[in-house]
Amino acid sequence: MIDTVTHAVEDPDRSQPFAELGLKPDEYQEIRDILGRRPTSSELAMYSVMWSEHCSYKSSKVHLRQFGEKAPKTDILMVGIGENAGVVDIGDGWAVTFKVESHNHPSYVEPYQGAATGVGGIVRDILSMGARPLAVMDPLRFGPLDAPDTRRVMPGIVAGVGGYGNCLGLPNIGGEVVFDPSYLGNPLVNALCIGAMRHEDIHLASAKGVGNLVVLYGARTGGDGIGGVSVLASETFSEGGPTKRPSVQVGDPFMEKLLIEATLEVLHAGLVEGIQDLGGAGISCATSELASNGEGGMHVWLDRVLLRDPTLSPEEILMSESQERMCAIVTPANLDAFLKLCAKWEVEAVVIGEVTDSGRLTVEWHGEQIVDVPPRSVAHDGPVYERPFHRPVWQDALQADGPDNLARPSTPDELRATLLTMVAAPNLASKSWVTSQYDRYVLGNTVLAQPEDAGMIRIDEETGRGVALSTDCNGRFAKLDPYNGAKLALAESYRNVAASGAVPLAVTNCLNFGSPEDPEVMWQFAQATTGLADGCLELGIPVTGGNVSFYNQTGGTPILPTPVVGVLGVIDDVERRTPIAWREDGELVYLLGDTRDEFGGSEWAHHVHGHLGGMPPAVDLARERLLGEILVAGSRDGMLSAAHDVSDGGVAQTLVEMALHSGIGARCWLPDGIDPFTLLFSESTGRAVVVVARTEELRFTEMCAARGLPAYRIGVVDSGLGPDAGYPEGTQVLQLSELFTVTVDDLRTAHEGTLPDALR
Amino acid sequence: MIPRVGVVTFPGSLDDRDAARAVRIAGGEAVALWHGDDDLKKVDAVVLPGGFSYGDYLRCGAIARFAPVMHSIVDAAKGGLPVLGICNGFQILCESHLLPGALTRNDSLHFICRDQQLRIEDTTSMWTADFETGQEILIPLKNGEGGYVADEATLDMLEGEGRVIARYLGLNPNGSRRDIAGIRNERGNVVGLMPHPEHAVEDLTGPTTDGLPFFTSVLNSLVGAS
Repeated sequence: MIDTVTHAVEDPDRSQPFAELGLKPDEYQEIRDILGRRPTSSELAMYSVMWSEHCSYKSSKVHLRQFGEKAPKTDILMVGIGENAGVVDIGDGWAVTFKVESHNHPSYVEPYQGAATGVGGIVRDILSMGARPLAVMDPLRFGPLDAPDTRRVMPGIVAGVGGYGNCLGLPNIGGEVVFDPSYLGNPLVNALCIGAMRHEDIHLASAKGVGNLVVLYGARTGGDGIGGVSVLASETFSEGGPTKRPSVQVGDPFMEKLLIEATLEVLHAGLVEGIQDLGGAGISCATSELASNGEGGMHVWLDRVLLRDPTLSPEEILMSESQERMCAIVTPANLDAFLKLCAKWEVEAVVIGEVTDSGRLTVEWHGEQIVDVPPRSVAHDGPVYERPFHRPVWQDALQADGPDNLARPSTPDELRATLLTMVAAPNLASKSWVTSQYDRYVLGNTVLAQPEDAGMIRIDEETGRGVALSTDCNGRFAKLDPYNGAKLALAESYRNVAASGAVPLAVTNCLNFGSPEDPEVMWQFAQATTGLADGCLELGIPVTGGNVSFYNQTGGTPILPTPVVGVLGVIDDVERRTPIAWREDGELVYLLGDTRDEFGGSEWAHHVHGHLGGMPPAVDLARERLLGEILVAGSRDGMLSAAHDVSDGGVAQTLVEMALHSGIGARCWLPDGIDPFTLLFSESTGRAVVVVARTEELRFTEMCAARGLPAYRIGVVDSGLGPDAGYPEGTQVLQLSELFTVTVDDLRTAHEGTLPDALR
Repeated sequence: MIPRVGVVTFPGSLDDRDAARAVRIAGGEAVALWHGDDDLKKVDAVVLPGGFSYGDYLRCGAIARFAPVMHSIVDAAKGGLPVLGICNGFQILCESHLLPGALTRNDSLHFICRDQQLRIEDTTSMWTADFETGQEILIPLKNGEGGYVADEATLDMLEGEGRVIARYLGLNPNGSRRDIAGIRNERGNVVGLMPHPEHAVEDLTGPTTDGLPFFTSVLNSLVGAS
């Protein structure tokens, strides 16, 4: 029997399964206080899913406020935190929106669909701002490459990201693939989407205009993903529990492609007053958020929702997370035109409600009232927790256990062997096994894609204006020092964008952590958010939005704290992009920045010694800013042929990637006063390797000297080194003077073999 | 005269903008054609672009074949209208029986996106006339179902009549029989190609500009004929 508002009044003491739905007793009591009665089962469903950690940010809110409070002064932010995605002014009347979100738990349960629907969800967020989605990126993290479960989840996740994005026609232009034991039982699947629109095309999720209609369009509503968000994202996987496969949503990228085209047509035709995508919490979320942001009232005829499965109960319809659905607010006068454009794209659409000024969200089911709530209490005024936190008891010991006693290679042979080992390490090896499954060409505007430092797309084909994006995070650094670890992630992403020639502009983030109920995890979270907010203030670029994913742990063991940071940059003409590959003989190779003996959390300590301890590299954001200005000026004034940031694996990895990507060798040497091992493998920040034509050398070095950025000439591009080193004519070699020589082919074999061999 | 080249959009077409851009860069006028409309708008040639028409449900290209626009295109192609099918467009041409054979799932079972070397084998078609026979080119390849198959007699016939227009060089990316990347019909006006020439028309966004001659070929032959 349907539980109506009348029943709730007449039968106030009925026992309700709030705990099974993830609500705490005091949260349930709060709902009763708000309503002045017990909730109906439909209301309980709505509150439970909207007050889940995933939807309400109840544990993170108090910390996320810093992103607004410490925001640098900026005039580029057109829509800030709180909307589906932030919007940034990139000039010439163009606005860009971008956001990254997690789909970690669903991807562990069902790798292909979990990852696929992660892409689908973030694309709809971008679409709902009024933007045409233009590209995706995916930061991924797995357990050890050789672990059996990695072989289960990784191919499925990669195929899911590719299967959905490829079929949707969005180029995949970058991301990350990282392996660490802490992700074995809890892989991370973060998905980023970027879209662009003209300034006047920005749309918001608000239900304005009493009497306007609420139109649900796209795929039909089915039983997939019921409670997916609350059940999957707010609980930790425990052994022996029931399988949760039915809660994972199933994606249909073809429908999403139609939804994109239909949505952009109705938006451009001026037929939409407000728009919201349906993601986590489905209709509950869309109706309550639209109403809460608008006139404050909405009436919904739930029985009008088109169903894939006619047996669904109203509670299930409210909670269903069926994919590829959108909700639009349309005036009665525009309804016919709206429906006609949907029909053109063979997208089903139906009016399910209307905007009212009642201040209530009311839902009826075949004439009976089943929901009557203040929408704000569902959408925005959920519980807020000041979770207790404290510095982990093990933190001091971890930081004291530095890498100084680890055995270091010193002879030329040892250094050469270390180099070949490092370039083949799973975290440093070529990721083309992954990226070759993604379409990077579709739409014809991809200027740079993985393995470049940043992905870059052309936005305006007339002027060449474009944007660059990078996502980064070193979870080991964040574990050693979460405050500076978050700053380091920001610094790396900022540096990558600048290295491509773009001016860093704005930040998004996806904060992946363990359980917020664990005070030590909560401390990591508090430290990381503070570090990120402080860092953004120092760099002068605002956070435009983001996502928090808690409960990433296996049993009591949380993942490495993983605050993934995405930085967006703008470039006024993508013709000026700086690639990572050097081009021709005689070009000079310069190392910018200072190299110190910094191996705490380094890839060398991790891969060679299995060691994690000490302090991460020092972060100096003023230096990062200076380096960024030099990299951008070098691009703008045509001084740089190539540039590549120095990060994981150090200068050695940077030089190897530049040689591999160009296919041409180089002769390199060490600056005075530094030992070879430190120069090659330390992960000191604020550095990049740049390539300068001889004709530009003086101008470039004088600019660096005038600005106070150390620049060391460390090599020259040379395709003719083979014979001198004892190889046949034409053999390309990377030579480290007075140390060792290695052929580019040998580097390629080591670098490119790791993933295919492991995943065969 | 600036030739008008139609680019068809099916539900799920993805590379239609790219094909239109390539037509423009090559010097033609791109004309949008809609799957549900059998009006070819007096175009001089047609490109069936890549993508996943109708979600590739049932079989790649199997549903698109029945679109109203395809009835007109099949008729016109039989009358000599130049038609280029790229990737999903190639699949549609096979399903429409304008070209023999079929495209099957890559032998690796993975979708693959990479820069692919090809050798141009035939320059008598309307879409390859601007190449040299034996010319080696590098253009993007991206497909999940790109393995060209046909019975032995058909493969012999295609090779015997010089109707293989391009072959894969190096590692065969998808298990195509006899390394076939593209074929033409007997008359030479209809060409199907699995790799993507429309993604290799600008230095900025493509690995090369080796894809451009596919588009200039047809434009030049149309201008020459008028």
